[in-house]
Amino acid sequence: MSYWSKTAETGSALCISDILAVLYFKILHINPKKPDDFDRDRFLLSKGHGASALYAALAERGFFSVDKLKKYRVNGGIFHGHPSKEVAPGIEISSGSLGHGLSIGAGMALVLKKSLPKRKVFVLMGDGECNEGSVWEATMFIASHKLNNVIAIIDDNGFQGFGKTSDVHTMDLATKFKAFGWQIFHVDGHNPVQLEKILNKAKTSSRPCVVIAKTITGKSIPNIENTLHAHYYIVDEKTHKNHHEK
Amino acid sequence: MQIEMENNKDIVFLTGDLGFNALEPLHQSFPDRFINVGIAEANMIGIAAGLALTGKKVIVYSIASFLTMRPYEQIRNDICYHNLDVKIVGTGGGFNYSTHGITHHTIEDVAIMNVLPNMQVLCPTYSWEAREATKSMMKSKKPTYLRLGKSPKTNFFKPDFKFKIGRGFVIREGKDILLLVTGNILDCGMEIAEIIKNKTGLEMSVISMPSVKPLDKKLILETSKKVKLVATLEEHSLHGGLGSEVAMLLSQSHLPKLPFIPSALPDVFIKDVGSRDFLLNKAGLSPKKVAKNIIKKLGR
Repeated sequence: MSYWSKTAETGSALCISDILAVLYFKILHINPKKPDDFDRDRFLLSKGHGASALYAALAERGFFSVDKLKKYRVNGGIFHGHPSKEVAPGIEISSGSLGHGLSIGAGMALVLKKSLPKRKVFVLMGDGECNEGSVWEATMFIASHKLNNVIAIIDDNGFQGFGKTSDVHTMDLATKFKAFGWQIFHVDGHNPVQLEKILNKAKTSSRPCVVIAKTITGKSIPNIENTLHAHYYIVDEKTHKNHHEK
Repeated sequence: MQIEMENNKDIVFLTGDLGFNALEPLHQSFPDRFINVGIAEANMIGIAAGLALTGKKVIVYSIASFLTMRPYEQIRNDICYHNLDVKIVGTGGGFNYSTHGITHHTIEDVAIMNVLPNMQVLCPTYSWEAREATKSMMKSKKPTYLRLGKSPKTNFFKPDFKFKIGRGFVIREGKDILLLVTGNILDCGMEIAEIIKNKTGLEMSVISMPSVKPLDKKLILETSKKVKLVATLEEHSLHGGLGSEVAMLLSQSHLPKLPFIPSALPDVFIKDVGSRDFLLNKAGLSPKKVAKNIIKKLGR
């Protein structure tokens, strides 16, 4: 998609692809034929810059045809670089500015907790996104209202827009969430078996949970893996051909 | 609001930790649907969006300056972009929180709400308008900003008034000058009309515009055709409010060019300490000053 559209945000999508694959094929209670069925889990991509991975997951899961992915970030296309709710089934929210998803998830969770206690709200955020104050307003609210149907997933790739997350803020995310009363899980964000196990465990928790998934930005393209550049990388012809042949 | 919440079990009321000595009965009546979100406006708007995306009709309440400016991006992206059934009720528009100071003066809210696609903007004046605006807002499914302030003591209601979002109301008939007013400053508008009549004999039509967006363009254009001057009055910045909207409407219309006087707050922070009337006077919005400007413009 990056290659066709000649656009970036590549690394940020690659690092969440395994998480989305596990969610959409193993965890989420969803029905692509009834995308608006009230009785469904909600998945909110709060880190909207990973949108291409979301579109790919939705297409692979059958919400729309894979062909539509060619309409990503092209003139007259369907998909923006950040999700727009109304453009295709399965996209729960429009996002793109960071720090919005967890609050929206809290609102959804308030309703679902009373009406459909088994249904969960999954909110995927970036580690850099947790710089936003609104994330902590929501974290506090969710804990205070005992919304154990919220499962936040942190894509902990160690990078944000202009540097390493550890260079921008030194505070450990797990310590912070724990201080807010959340249950913490750590997982390898590229290990589908572990991801499935931990996400299923989080679903049974009596407290709101955060799953901190250690990921590699630019995963699967060796020359950009674990670099700041991965976010800004546009897939070239050679890389596209190599991956296509695999 | 009590009645609306009794009639519709899907209404959820969120407050940003405000409403002391006012909202307690609502809280007691609907403990499951009244949530004090805390002093966290961005989170409150996001929660409202989540509730609305899950089938609820949501009211969010706080002081107008905090409610419109702190979470502005959430209002834009989460509420307006999704076109959600969320009602943003801000109290204390204009100088209503007079001596509280600049942080509480809300003089930019109409402009920043006006500019958002999908948003309706309502600035009722007196009790009938406030009640009817609230009822109409609750019937509507669109994002709406309701700007509340201190009601003038006068009741301007006439038996033929039927409230509708997007409609203006002729409070006083007059053939020479048109004054369009939005919000609680309507009483000042009536005083202006009286001063002008006494000093010049000219009759001023005063129209209340509780709905700034959508605007009653038809009424404005029809009335403008008949007068020598059009004026606007609002307790809000000169930029982006009723005056700006009317100026744009008239400039794009086929009407001959008319003298136009927009009376609003100047593009400065009014740092003086004092009551609402004191601050309005400092800002040049006393009835005498506005009347004088209009008379001068007419060459009288």
